[in-house]
Amino acid sequence: MLKVTIDNQTIEVEEGTTILQAARLIGGAVVPPAMCYYSKLKDSGGKCRTCLVKVAQGSARDPRPMPKLVASCRTPVADGMVVQNITSQEVIDTRKAIVEFLLINHPLDCPVCDQAGECDLQNLSYENGREESRFEESKRTFKVIDIGDKIQLHMNRCILCYRCVYTADQLTNKRSHGILYRGDVSEISTYIQNDITNDFSGNIIDVCPVGALTDKTFRFKNRVWFLNPMNAHRSCTKCSGKVTAWMRGDEVYRVTGRKDQFGEVEEFICNECRFEKKDKEDWVIEGPRNIKRASVISQNHYLNARKPSVIIPLENRTESLEEYAKENSNENKIS
Amino acid sequence: MERKILLKNVDVPGIRTFEVYRSTGGYDSVEKALKKMTPDEVVEEVKMSGLRGRGGAGFPAGMKWSFIDKKSGNPRYLICNADESEPGTFKDRYLMEKLPHLLIEGMICSCYALGANTGYIYVRGEYKYIIGILNQAILEAYEKGFLGKNILGTAFNLDIHVHSGAGAYICGEETAQIESLEGKRGNPRIKPPFPAVVGLYGCPTVVNNVETLANIGFIVNNGGGEYAKYGVGKSTGTKLISACGNINNPGVYEIELGLSVREFLYDPKYCGGVKNGKELKAVIAGGSSVPILPASLILKTAAGEERLMTYESLADGGFVSGTMLGSGGFIVYDEDACIVRNTWNLARFYHHESCGQCSPCREGTGWMESVLHRIENGHGRTKDIDLLVSIASKIEGNTICPLGDAAAWPIASAIRHFRHEFEEHVLHPEKCINSTIRQFDDVTIS
Ligand SMILES: Cc1cc2nc3c(=O)[nH]c(=O)nc-3n(C[C@H](O)[C@H](O)[C@H](O)COP(=O)(O)O)c2cc1C
Ligand code: SF4
Ligand code: FES
Repeated sequence: MLKVTIDNQTIEVEEGTTILQAARLIGGAVVPPAMCYYSKLKDSGGKCRTCLVKVAQGSARDPRPMPKLVASCRTPVADGMVVQNITSQEVIDTRKAIVEFLLINHPLDCPVCDQAGECDLQNLSYENGREESRFEESKRTFKVIDIGDKIQLHMNRCILCYRCVYTADQLTNKRSHGILYRGDVSEISTYIQNDITNDFSGNIIDVCPVGALTDKTFRFKNRVWFLNPMNAHRSCTKCSGKVTAWMRGDEVYRVTGRKDQFGEVEEFICNECRFEKKDKEDWVIEGPRNIKRASVISQNHYLNARKPSVIIPLENRTESLEEYAKENSNENKIS
Repeated sequence: MERKILLKNVDVPGIRTFEVYRSTGGYDSVEKALKKMTPDEVVEEVKMSGLRGRGGAGFPAGMKWSFIDKKSGNPRYLICNADESEPGTFKDRYLMEKLPHLLIEGMICSCYALGANTGYIYVRGEYKYIIGILNQAILEAYEKGFLGKNILGTAFNLDIHVHSGAGAYICGEETAQIESLEGKRGNPRIKPPFPAVVGLYGCPTVVNNVETLANIGFIVNNGGGEYAKYGVGKSTGTKLISACGNINNPGVYEIELGLSVREFLYDPKYCGGVKNGKELKAVIAGGSSVPILPASLILKTAAGEERLMTYESLADGGFVSGTMLGSGGFIVYDEDACIVRNTWNLARFYHHESCGQCSPCREGTGWMESVLHRIENGHGRTKDIDLLVSIASKIEGNTICPLGDAAAWPIASAIRHFRHEFEEHVLHPEKCINSTIRQFDDVTIS
């Protein structure tokens, strides 16, 4: 076992664990945001740079700090490593800059985006974004593309995390999905707009951290914060059949995988469950899912509503981390 | 008398052919290495030579070789990086065009030292004609028994393949090059693991620059100690410098490391001074990625010492008042050159060449280019200059591969040393001698 300290909290982890995974084991505010890493997708991570952290001490054997900030999602821990996330001003400043980079060409069209309310980029920019934009140039734009009849690609919103590419590569048996072109004009493509027609292609919607890939069967039907996410299951021959059914009254508006506290699905689901089972009768409803109090999805639908946790100024953060974590783990249930 | 290692015989007629090359002592090192030395002895000689990578970073070649993973039992590969795409750098082209056998000789010795039975030469797509030259030389080497099975009757087998890139600067980055060789999109990999452990096809791999490998023959023949007698201090040997810009004699020169910048710039044997008798304004000393230095700092360090063409002397003063030897692309600007326009031009290059994988480089390079374009075209504001510095500082060090740094450094250094010129462009854009605005005015007025 290796001992690693992240923002003054020490934990023992197995060899091969990354800094990000170790931080997730500690939980709470020490977890760096991850826009491209996805624990269920091999080779993912390292690209968006939002998870950069400072390694103040490389290991017990070689205590030198690492010269640059490192991507916590792809850097394995060493015994005696000391990591700073929100306790380093450098990390916070850099994260701000990364968010700015991610947003300069983003259309900021949240009011008409289906992802609004459950968007990782929205959350990230609330926490780390600037108030005003320094970018005055015109933004790059792309046409909206249909990927098959169920999925739509808004390339304007894409942050090129490559998660959908890895999903198409690793989960589906026919890869017809990749990146075209280079630099800031690169785009996600199903080469010459080929349909993705295999049974698990819909998962690219769930892994997308922004609103670039959306479910056409749900498009403009409702805002996510008007819906109640319910655990539901059915017996399915292709997948586990364990899903989140997003309901309003007796109506199932959409079906997604069950996302954990880090925004990753617990299990990938098949297209039949996702796109075709929109009847309440199709599902055994288990009950409401836990949603973080901080999430807009909890709006007006939850008992035990509490005031949002106090924003702790940086210099006091280390002492109050536990408190902070406690407050944030207090998830409330749907009424 | 200047001493040469690489270009000694470059003017011998027919040196491109095997016969002539062999008659000048070519391929002797292969015989010596394969028959008289163990692979480890070759590595030791290269270590002793102090030879540093000529591709830009200057990492000691022998040390890189000693990192190669020999325990895994997987095949090992050597890749010769001939993607030379850095603006201002054109030395590998000259070397391969004139002396293809020198590279192949070096590669055979290197592969022997590394225990690699396959070598690749990854050639920049635009160097199409060079591929023909290399293939011809390789064919000759096969015919004469220097490549193929049981080379010179020993148990050592080696195949060398030439692979053409498709014109992407990023495929010069070693891990992007490996991806490209594997037939994938040329995206740099996230390190660690380093290629010496997980490289081409997941096997231990060494990537070296053309010029680095071309030196190996000499080191094997004469010993690392002899090589280390060339140059000064930790900058051993000679270096090919490709000089261009506003000088009298643009071209490729082999210099012994330690030559003073002044001599290189003004001696008629080399650059021969600034063209048309103009004043020197600035120099980019090691290819477009390294910081630009004004005339006052390129000839002398901030401490007033003579600046030498060595890794250490050029880097003296860090990035505040120094630069890097880099890949040896020596770009000279005279008094009329517009720093803003040239900086914009470089920014455009890096924007175009970013692979787009990581957000700071993908978004930042384009942003910097647009801001510079605005300044250059007379629409800049004073705060744009600080904005550029801020963007550059947020790209630097936060990216997957060094292209992000390479894009940030030229801009940060141009503003560091020539801020007044940027301010002048903001306040009086029409005054710039290169200004498109002024040219337009001239036309309408006259
Ligand atoms: C964007 C980028 C482009 C590069 N282009 C080249 C190149 O064209 N030729 C080259 O030899 N090295 C290039 N390099 C450096 C290589 O990654 C690598 O360090 C080098 O080939 C190692 O060889 P050496 O140790 O012999 O110098 C480039 C690096 C970067 C980051
Ligand atoms: S720094 Fe630029 S070129 Fe290098 S991996 Fe990142 S986006 Fe690609
Ligand atoms: S999550 Fe680590 S770089 Fe994107």
